[in-house]
Order: sequence, then structure tokens, then C-alpha cells
Amino acid sequence: MNAEIALFLIQDGFTNGAIYALLALALVLVFAVTRVIFIPQGEFVAYGALTLASLQLGKLPGTAWLLLGVGLAVAALELTQALRLGAAQRIPAIIFNYIVLPAALLGLAWWAAPQKPALTLQILLALFLVVPLGPMVYRLAYQPLASASVLVLLIISVAVHFAMTGLGLVFFGAEGSRTPPFSDAQWKLGVLTVSGQSLWVMGASLALIVALLLFFEHTIYGKALRATAINRVGARLVGVSPAMAGKLSFTLAALIGALSGVLIAPITTIYYDSGFLVGLKGFVGAIMGGLVSYPLAAAGALLVGILEAYASFWASAYKEVIVFTLIIPVLLWRSLTTHHIEEDEE
Amino acid sequence: MSALLEVRGLCVAYGKVEAVHQAALRVEEGRIVTVIGPNGAGKTTLLAALMGMLPARGSIGYAGEDITRVEAEQRVSRGLCLVPERRELFAAMTVEDNLVLGAFHRYRKRDKTIAADFAQVYQLFPRLKERRRQLAGTLSGGERQMLALARALMSRPRLLMLDEPSLGLAPLIVRDIFRVIAGLRDTGVSILLVEQNARAALQVADYGYVLETGEIVLEGPSGDLASDARVIESYLGLVSGNPD
Ligand SMILES: Nc1ncnc2c1ncn2[C@@H]1O[C@H](COP(=O)(O)OP(=O)(O)OP(=O)(O)O)[C@@H](O)[C@H]1O
Ligand SMILES: [Mg+2]
Repeated sequence: MNAEIALFLIQDGFTNGAIYALLALALVLVFAVTRVIFIPQGEFVAYGALTLASLQLGKLPGTAWLLLGVGLAVAALELTQALRLGAAQRIPAIIFNYIVLPAALLGLAWWAAPQKPALTLQILLALFLVVPLGPMVYRLAYQPLASASVLVLLIISVAVHFAMTGLGLVFFGAEGSRTPPFSDAQWKLGVLTVSGQSLWVMGASLALIVALLLFFEHTIYGKALRATAINRVGARLVGVSPAMAGKLSFTLAALIGALSGVLIAPITTIYYDSGFLVGLKGFVGAIMGGLVSYPLAAAGALLVGILEAYASFWASAYKEVIVFTLIIPVLLWRSLTTHHIEEDEE
Repeated sequence: MSALLEVRGLCVAYGKVEAVHQAALRVEEGRIVTVIGPNGAGKTTLLAALMGMLPARGSIGYAGEDITRVEAEQRVSRGLCLVPERRELFAAMTVEDNLVLGAFHRYRKRDKTIAADFAQVYQLFPRLKERRRQLAGTLSGGERQMLALARALMSRPRLLMLDEPSLGLAPLIVRDIFRVIAGLRDTGVSILLVEQNARAALQVADYGYVLETGEIVLEGPSGDLASDARVIESYLGLVSGNPD
């Protein structure tokens, strides 16, 4: 291996690692706020990529129908609850949020898709179709059992993962998609050729991480999420409801997932079930941070990206094996260096 | 005059074990009402149920509405606020962020008067102002109690419920805290105070209830309670024999 190849592999590793880092941050966030290990994170990646791919072909993405369907299910749940509690004043908001808005988005996508709008508009539309699924999934699958044990929540996650993969097959079909790159630019930096797309990925990931940091440090909702992660009872006592915090963290996770999908769609071919492996690599990174530390999770995910790039060069058949084997020494190291904390301890 | 808080037939259970049984109590607007009782009587349970943190049977009337089935977060935004026995601060956040979160429901309503309340709270607790960039988890016990109280005040409560605000504090700080509590009444806040320190509680309160093993066994104006033979024997101890 010469320096040129080594540099190329590092660039490749950082590009993928940036995506894994985003996903790792989302996993840590969701776990800290809701104690959910968010296995379906990867499905949002696939949904984001495939929705954008449909829009680029001028087709109505299946996610638009899915959004309306899930919206109707949430509306049914919310309406029965509102009627049971005698809270009739909530009904208009429920109908607007879960029926009117998804229907409007479906209409918009129907109208806009065949016209092939500019790439930024397509990306925006793709995000609007995928991201609302995040809080809706929380409402449907997790909120009714929000105070269950981590294990029960994990089992729900497995179920949601399979459901979303299956729905992905129904709505997107079995063919893979790859979108054209955001930019065809290439720069020569000494021996290294830098592609515009990998700069896009790294730049957008960095921007998103900075935006998240500012959100958590300086906005009232960011502080509310941190407060919920630190002390659930305290958060309720100041009026932060766990349901609101859960929906908000799932919205952020869905946004991160869908955006990651949009960013990697031009780099790899994405199938309806590709998200799982991508998400799992973010998960390995998150585990390095013990599912609690944001910087360690991001650093771990970058390491996963670089390891993967080198593994695919030296032993491409064993690429995934090498990456996932990494989790064993990491778990060993973590179990030797950290104290076990009882789950019930508040 | 109708009361701000009107509780009737309140029963709270942990599983099959009932911790509060058929409790009835009232808090008039602008008054301090205290609930005293021995360890394990159900005082903390009572406040948690009033706040909506525990499911309860019976009826809780607040500001003319039945809030028995209203969720805790909704009660906060209607002006109910609890400073719990365990304080429940956000240890890994700064003192100032704790106060900001106290006003969470007001930020949601785009209340413009929050900044003025910061100034007021810092004036009331200058120690917190000095330490506003410090993490709440690094505060001393007394400072933590001040922060818990200050965080509650940032929510602009109409009815403030305090669970043993003097717990584990040095006498001098206890005096400060009770001075703040008495001062709050003058600003129109109604207070429901749970205390082990029955002497201090009855001194500051207008009305009192005695809770024993989950049932209210005695009630009356706090002056009457303080001179009641049973209360003196069980809660004020020998010290009360000395004429002050
Ligand atoms: N989480 C719980 N699960 C089961 N029982 C509980 C729980 N919390 C409290 N209890 C029981 O309910 C009863 C009332 O407890 P509570 O904490 O309300 O008493 P308290 O009057 O606040 O006492 P203290 O003065 O010691 O704070 C006690 O018998 C206690 O053992
Ligand atoms: Mg108690």
C-alpha cells in the first residue's frame, strides 16, 4: 500500500465515519431521553435515500402514502384517548396534525414530483415526508409503554425495525437506488483526489453537529431534553412531559437519519433493508461512548468508518466481520473500566 | 369564598397498600397551610398525588376546576408547583439552566416577564447569583434547597407545595428559608407546607392538618393546633413546655 491509497482510504473512512457519527449521536440522544435503543434508526436512513431517489425519477415516493397511513393510525389513537379523557378541545389539533398535514404533504408530493424541482427542493420535500414518521412511531410504538424496562423497549425496537423494513419493501420495492452526486467537482490535493460529494457529506455532518450543540446549549427545548435525560422526575415537575421529550428526540433522530440517507444516497446503492447495517455501525460507535457520551460516540463512529475503509481494502470479504468484531474488545474494555449502574436507580 | 385547592376523599395507594386514605383539605387563596405528621404518615405521598405524579382516587379541585385527571405537566402550567423532598434538581446542569427550566412552561407561552423574575430570584438568593455558572450537583445541601425553591418560583406558582423545605439544614438556613416562605404569602402565593419541624411550620402557617398513618386526624387554625395537648405531646415535644 502506498501513501496515495492510504490517504484515499482515510478520506473514504472519514466520509462514511461522518455519517456513522451522526447516527451514533442520534442513538445516544434517543437513549438518554427515552431509554430506547433505537434500532430502527437505520430505516430512516434508507427511507430518506429512497424517497429522494423516487423524487429524482419524478415518481411519487411511497413514503407519502405511508405518512398518511401512519398519521391516520396516530389520529385514531389520539382521538380515542381525547374522548376518554373528555378533552374535546384537543380534537381539532389532532385532526390537523395527523390527518390534514400528512394529506397536504401527499398532495404536495403528488403535484411536485413529476415536475422534478431543483435538488434542494427535492431534499426538503424528502425530509418533510420522512421526518414526521419519527414522532409518529414514538407515539404509536413507544409512548404507551414509555415507563417499561430497557429490555421491553429494546424488544419494541426490534419489532419496529422489522415492521419498517417490511413497509420499506412494500412502498419502495426490492430494487436498489443510487442518486446522482450533489456535485461532480474533484480537487487534486497533492496525490489525493477529493470528491465534491465527500466534502458535502463531511461539511453537512459537521454543520449538523454544530447545530445540535447550539440547540442543546442555547434553546429552551434543547435544555428540556437534557433535563429529561438527567432527571425525569425533575423534568416533569417543571412541566416537561416525557411524551413531549420523547417525540422531540425522535424527531431529531428521524431528521438525522433521513439527512444521512440523503447524503449517502449518491455514494452507495441503497436498498429497502440497507439501513440496518448502516445504523448498526453508528451503534458500534455509540457503544464506545457507553450510549451516554456524545464526543466518545462520535469519535468511535469515525474510527468505525476508517476501520471499515481499511478492512474493505485488505480483506473486503471480511469487511463487516472486522468492523463488528470491534465491539468485543470495546465491550470488554467498557465492562472493566466502568461501574455497573442499576437500572432502577434514579 | 371558595378555596384555591379543595381536596375531597383522596385515596392514594402503592399497589394494594393504601398510603393516604380519604383525605380532605382546603387551601384558601393567599394562605399558608401546613400538614404535619410522623415519618411514613403519607405526607410526601399526598403532595405527589396533588401534583399528579401518582394516580389517586377522590377529587382534587383547583381554582374552581376538577383537576383529578389532569396530567402533572398541565398542572404546572396552571400554576401548581411542587418542591419535592428529594429536590430533583438537574445536577449536571448549571444553576442558571436549572432556573431557566423552572420557567419552561412560561417560555412555551412566550412570557416576556421572565427576565424580571430572574433578577428577583437572584435578589432573594444572592448565593445562587454568585454560583449561577456552577453545576447544580456541586452545591451544598443548603444551596440546593435554595435552588429548588428558586426553580419553583421561576414557574410563577399560584399554589406552591413544599415537602420538608428544612430537611437536613442548619438552623440559620432554616430561618432564612422560612423567612422566604412567609414573604411569599405577601406576594399572593398560596402555600401548602409539609414539615417535620412542626414548631416552625405552625408558626408560619395560618391553618394546619395532622396526618397520621394516611388519615387526617386533626385540623384547625395553627394557633389552636400549637396549643392542642396531643400535638404538643407528639410533635412539639418537651421544648414546647418552655414558655418562649
Ligand atoms: N414507592 C413506594 N412504594 C411502596 N410504598 C411506598 C412508596 N413510597 C412510600 N411508600 C409507603 O407509603 C407510606 C407513606 O410514605 P410517605 O413517604 O408519603 O411518608 P411521609 O409522611 O412523607 O414520611 P417522611 O416524614 O419520612 O418523609 C409509607 O408507609 C411508605 O413506606
Ligand atoms: Mg416525606
